[in-house]
Amino acid sequence: MISEFIKMNGYGLYVWSAFSFTLLSFTTLYLITKIQYVREKNKFVSKFGALDSKRAKVARLQTINREILSSSQSI
Amino acid sequence: MFKIFEPSKIFLITSKAPKYVMVLFAVVFTIGLLEALIFSPEDYKQSHSVRIMYVHVPAAWISLGIFSSITFLSLSGYIFKNKNFFLIAKSLAPSGFVFNIVALVTGSIWGKPTWGTWWAWDARITSMLILALFYLMYLVAWRIYENKEHVLKITTIITILGIINVPIIKYSVNWWNTLHQPASINVLSKSSIHSSMLFPLLIMTAAFALFSLLIFLMKYNTELIKIKNKGLDRL
Repeated sequence: MISEFIKMNGYGLYVWSAFSFTLLSFTTLYLITKIQYVREKNKFVSKFGALDSKRAKVARLQTINREILSSSQSI
Repeated sequence: MFKIFEPSKIFLITSKAPKYVMVLFAVVFTIGLLEALIFSPEDYKQSHSVRIMYVHVPAAWISLGIFSSITFLSLSGYIFKNKNFFLIAKSLAPSGFVFNIVALVTGSIWGKPTWGTWWAWDARITSMLILALFYLMYLVAWRIYENKEHVLKITTIITILGIINVPIIKYSVNWWNTLHQPASINVLSKSSIHSSMLFPLLIMTAAFALFSLLIFLMKYNTELIKIKNKGLDRL
């Protein structure tokens, strides 16, 4: 029964390769996007850490900056 | 007028949303795969090869939808002088391009058992390939142009030229004699597809839409953090 499911009447190679290509494309796109996101976030955190207290205080006034710092563990 | 589109307000939502969208996508995609590969029936003519439709058609629909949205957002960005529209459009492009490639490759795989060839220069397939080239030009333009005003102008021109191709893709199967079959699903008239196949197709379309939303959110957040990084340099 499993063998029939895999062979799909002789069309298994086509069906499985189409689904595999789709999954591979999704995984690659997700990983690339996530790597870019984590890289930018890490860059932001290290730049923010390098600011002196006066500039850090000014930067912290912006909502987005606070959100980026607080969400540095998410995703 | 577009205060709702302020990045600070959007980021409050987009920074938290990806994890929920990811869970929803995983659930819908699993149901879609089960329906597409196990529960849906085989076709009386195409047998099991019809299952390729469940990845090919949603990918094609979403790539067309995303390109239309990119054009609309780019034009709106110009009309309303709102740069955030361009940022949203830029963040949508990678998933649109990938869906376009998935549609082309899975279509080619489906073509071999159905038509006896991997590729044919017929109107539908060629116009989809042209759309992939427009996506590529759009993405490359954002990478190569340093001047911001310049890149907004160039990418908008690319989308305006590319959108001409979208109705050609849609109606190519009606306008020309092609290998590609005519549309089985019509919004305004009765669809020729059976509900046992339509249901998995719609589930997979929902899953693909959720995946493009997930990628969009992550990409949009990345673009906003990039801008904020530049802002920290200027402090």
